[in-house]
Amino acid sequence: MTPAEFLDLSIYATFVMVMLSLAIAFIRLAKGPTLGDRVVALDMMTVSIIAVCGVVAVATGVYAMLDVALVLALVGFLATVALARYAERRDARKKEDRW
Amino acid sequence: MTEILISIFLLLGGFFALIAAIGVLRLPDVLMRMHASTKAGILGSSLILIACAIFLAEVEITARVVAIILFLMLTSPIGAHMIGRASVRELKKPDPAPQKDS
Repeated sequence: MTPAEFLDLSIYATFVMVMLSLAIAFIRLAKGPTLGDRVVALDMMTVSIIAVCGVVAVATGVYAMLDVALVLALVGFLATVALARYAERRDARKKEDRW
Repeated sequence: MTEILISIFLLLGGFFALIAAIGVLRLPDVLMRMHASTKAGILGSSLILIACAIFLAEVEITARVVAIILFLMLTSPIGAHMIGRASVRELKKPDPAPQKDS
């Protein structure tokens, strides 16, 4: 097996693994009992999509995907912070309610 | 030879991303799930981005990859800290003694 073929094969394998991790994180997002679980799963999905952008950049040579990854990291951080603030405020407002 | 190096980085990154997702699914608690998602997930995507930088091998790409990795490593503990602070009261709820809110 030449190195180029091994690279092609490992690109496919990495695609499968990263997509699988995205799907598993989505299962936790759908199942999560509390709001904190869902926020953690959404954070995990953002990181997985950044990894997908990196694999696509390797597979096709389109290096504009790295800009997508950078913007996605920024937006994912903002989403996490906003959702965490929301959960905290909501918890402080109705203290004996469970969600 | 570079192809082998890129393949090793890609496979390691995919493996760590998969391990992080399995940890997010299987661990029993919010804080443990956060532990899996922040550390292993950031490591996996960082390894894949390093493979990307080795593959494309230009200065702009490498600078962009370094910026993404630094940003992820800088912001992920902040996000995890905020989620943990928001959900630690939920974990403490079964305590008989009521906690005083600050």
